[in-house]
Amino acid sequence: MELIFDKSKEGRKGYTLPARDVPKAAELPKSLLRAEGACLPSVTENEVVRHFTNLSILNFNVDRNFYPLGSCTMKYNPKFTEEIASREEFTSQHPLLPQLPHGAAICQGSLSVLKGLEDALSEIAGMDAFTLQPLAGAHGELTGVMLIAAYHRKHGNRKKYVLIPDSGHGTNPATAAIAGYEVKTIPSGPDGCLDMEKFKETLNDEVAAVMLTSPNTLGVFNPRIKEIADLTHKAGGLMYYDGANLNAILGKVRPGDLGFDVVHINLHKTFSTPHGGGGPGAGPVGVKKELIPFLPVSRVVRRTDGSFALNYNEPDSIGYVAPFYGNFLILVRAYAYILHLGADGLKEVGENAVLNANYLLSLLKDYYTPGCDYSNHCMHEFVLSADQQKKSGVSALDIAKALIDRGVHPPTVYFPLIVKEALMIEPTETESKETLDRFAEVMIALAGEAREKPESFAELPKNTPVGRLDEVKAVKQMDLCSLC
Amino acid sequence: MVSKECVYTEKHEWARRDDDKVVIGISDYAQQELGEIVFVELPREGSTYAAGDAAATIESVKTVSDIYIPVAGTVSSVNTALENSPEQVNSDPYGEGWVFSITPERMEDLDSLLSPEAYEKLLEEA
Amino acid sequence: MSYIANTPSDREVMLEKIGTASGTIDDLFKAVPQSLKIDSLNLPPGKSEYEVKKVLGQLASGNTSHLQCFVGGGFYDHYIPSAIDALTSRSEFYTAYTPYQPEASQGTLQAIYEFQSAICRITGMEAANASMYDGGTAIYEAAMMALRITGRNKIIIDKGLSPIYRKMIYSYTSNLSIDFEEPPFTLGKCDRKAIAGMVDEETAAVVLQNPNFFGVIDDHSDIAEICHGKGALLIESVYPVSLGILKTPREMGADIVVGEGQSLGIPLSFGGPYLGFMATMKPYIRKMPGRIAGKTTDRHGKEGYVLTLQTREQHIRRDKATSNICTNQALCALRALIFLSLYGRTGLKELAHQCRDKAEFAKAKLREVKGITVYEDEPTFNEFLITLPIDPRTVISRMMDRGYAAGFPVARYYPELDKSLLVAITEKRTKQEISIFAEMLEDVLWN
Repeated sequence: MELIFDKSKEGRKGYTLPARDVPKAAELPKSLLRAEGACLPSVTENEVVRHFTNLSILNFNVDRNFYPLGSCTMKYNPKFTEEIASREEFTSQHPLLPQLPHGAAICQGSLSVLKGLEDALSEIAGMDAFTLQPLAGAHGELTGVMLIAAYHRKHGNRKKYVLIPDSGHGTNPATAAIAGYEVKTIPSGPDGCLDMEKFKETLNDEVAAVMLTSPNTLGVFNPRIKEIADLTHKAGGLMYYDGANLNAILGKVRPGDLGFDVVHINLHKTFSTPHGGGGPGAGPVGVKKELIPFLPVSRVVRRTDGSFALNYNEPDSIGYVAPFYGNFLILVRAYAYILHLGADGLKEVGENAVLNANYLLSLLKDYYTPGCDYSNHCMHEFVLSADQQKKSGVSALDIAKALIDRGVHPPTVYFPLIVKEALMIEPTETESKETLDRFAEVMIALAGEAREKPESFAELPKNTPVGRLDEVKAVKQMDLCSLC
Repeated sequence: MVSKECVYTEKHEWARRDDDKVVIGISDYAQQELGEIVFVELPREGSTYAAGDAAATIESVKTVSDIYIPVAGTVSSVNTALENSPEQVNSDPYGEGWVFSITPERMEDLDSLLSPEAYEKLLEEA
Repeated sequence: MSYIANTPSDREVMLEKIGTASGTIDDLFKAVPQSLKIDSLNLPPGKSEYEVKKVLGQLASGNTSHLQCFVGGGFYDHYIPSAIDALTSRSEFYTAYTPYQPEASQGTLQAIYEFQSAICRITGMEAANASMYDGGTAIYEAAMMALRITGRNKIIIDKGLSPIYRKMIYSYTSNLSIDFEEPPFTLGKCDRKAIAGMVDEETAAVVLQNPNFFGVIDDHSDIAEICHGKGALLIESVYPVSLGILKTPREMGADIVVGEGQSLGIPLSFGGPYLGFMATMKPYIRKMPGRIAGKTTDRHGKEGYVLTLQTREQHIRRDKATSNICTNQALCALRALIFLSLYGRTGLKELAHQCRDKAEFAKAKLREVKGITVYEDEPTFNEFLITLPIDPRTVISRMMDRGYAAGFPVARYYPELDKSLLVAITEKRTKQEISIFAEMLEDVLWN
């Protein structure tokens, strides 16, 4: 499709501004001005609308397609939350208002949303307090590790390492490294769980934290999680919970009760705020009370008269991780979702997410190699390997492209790294049995085609606006933008 | 393919003596595993490394690998042709695909690396 | 329950196929230790959609939303053309996933490529990424990028850079041993002599903002020269609307450009979501964090877009990644792209002129108010300092009672400026509103 810049024609306008009703300001000195205007397109509003509308229909999206992406929790995005988040009382508030004298008084609505969400998430995660500042999951991870670092610094603990399982999401080691720690990777056993012997060998008093997700990225709940927590605490380390897989245990068990000291939650996964094609998301972080003093400021406090205020006076706080209070309009959506589901609805999320995944696994396990031993069932996601299919030359990538051809977004591929030709599948609780049956039919058909006519995969996808794209060429030619 | 003119490391680097210098690259097995090479980050000339240090990186679209220096030394020259034609590592890993050369601290260090036969055996067992 | 399709009979059939010990969902959770399971969360039961809307509507009414806004500080009350909401509320855009599977995501990918292009076009730089969380984290990422590129350890930060963003950088780096230096505070243009004195062979970068926090406009070309003379980089943080008329960071010689894109079609939103952007020059592209879309072709030669240079990112590089960033601000970047497409070259210029013209008019009106001194030393864009004869906080309270968010008392971050108020003007303020604003201030001060 043509770029918007290519549709430009001098003399066309897509905007209207009020007529200038004040005198023209004195010219600025030339040295402060740009030599030429920015080379942006001159197009009408209707051309802009047509351009982006046509772009939009090139996309798969949850409202049209099934997205069984492991680790992403692509559940249905409710429509009423969009409406609430568009309310002018919420969208028009300048973020500096609470920092004006008596400013909190004019922001009571927003402040009560913040406090309400913090309290709800504390209850859901089994933690003592939350910060809503982190602007995405990985940002939450960084905040969490910074909190852990601040805690250790305050207590005079000399810590160098963070332990992460080899099944961990890439953001975990990336986060630990940029927070100044060295990463030690612990291998997983054949059951997909942390190898306890290797873990005990590596754990020592220089370990700042252990970063885990539960269930793990193979969708297996490690029954020894509390033991791992106890050992870590004994060694003077803290337990960090990557909340990417929270959907599996919502309303059934809480990370705080499993022994985690710091958790981050991905609101754009578990709490259904839309993915937006890559954000915005939000990654609130919950802590146990020992870490409360280090939470970022500001903190929302409830005064004795029931009103809300912002407290900036926390001497041990790690400071600001966001410019203000977090991605507020995303927080509003999550809060509305939680109020709508309530305790009963949230419990059904966990139960049905796990039911759907196990059902799908039962349909597929005879056609693709399970990524680990699922005899004790999986939780909300499971990993299959396309190793059998690879023998006839069909890789996980080929299967992914074939699925796109059939109108299904592929599962996550090549993650976790510990399974070869990995296909990581998470249906979520919002899919019907019929959708799962259809997906299984397609996957089974593809397994058959991998056996009978493996050469047919190379040309897939065919039914899409573009065929398989040359990623090598993209790197080599490095065409990253269209300039004037 | 294993070149008889080089010695090898377990991490699939090769080293070849060239007068008082040692030329270094990655083996045919390594380039096959990586797939089409799209970028090589060359070391800085004059940098000194201990044996086993990561001196360069080599990238395909979806993977990155470190190139570990087989013996201690100082980088004397780098294969700048790889800046525009990184695929030379795939097409001629032991020749035009050389990555960098060093002045080794001790030329004798080469003797502790794997002979072509020993490297072949390692590959068979893999 | 809402959004869940499984009926009791569905569940029965599915459990049978799965084959569990006792045919119940509890069997699937048996790996969870019984003693740790909870029966139910201690939360109220779910409310209907109608009731939730009512509850949140009641909460929303606790916000005073019709104050006339003269507060800026990096976040501006600009008009948002309606086409932006209309387009970004299409579910093809907002319920789409990250475009890891490019054949299923050409809409998102082309939009990212166009956004990257638009950012390059307004800043003059050669490559941009798909977005960062906000202008503050973008500065932190730029500083880290400069450290990576130069292999050095010192960053010089001007006090004219937003105090909120400075606080963020220091928060992020407190566990790292980076050497930060700030030249002494000057209200107007930055202190060249001090900066030249600080830049040395250990300096990775100097970080400046234009216009600065006080709205002062500057030309940093000479500082770029000072930096480059010592092998250091210049990082510029910019206000994109001002680039309708102001000298671009490229023209000044900046190496990395960052900024906050909220002023490009994103509502004030009480803190977020916002939009960080980052752009740089060709030699530094591989050191840049964040997602990047690139153009390529498919096997039939048809043009398409993919996420590229992914080996920089966390999912491949893991602990050696340029950043841990994963989810960014894609939908906000789309808003900014549509905004820039609607305004175009002439529109952005006109918008910038109107903001400045109205700000100069406001200055003229405020100059006439007894007791108010308006900052005049250097040219400003759409924001400027005024000095009051009494505590600005008293003035703010009284003005709030009259329906105004009259400005930002900067003493909170610059204690020496305890009588000053930072006032911002956008195209939304009319001549009459500005005149009345000045009259109100006079009233509050003297009656």
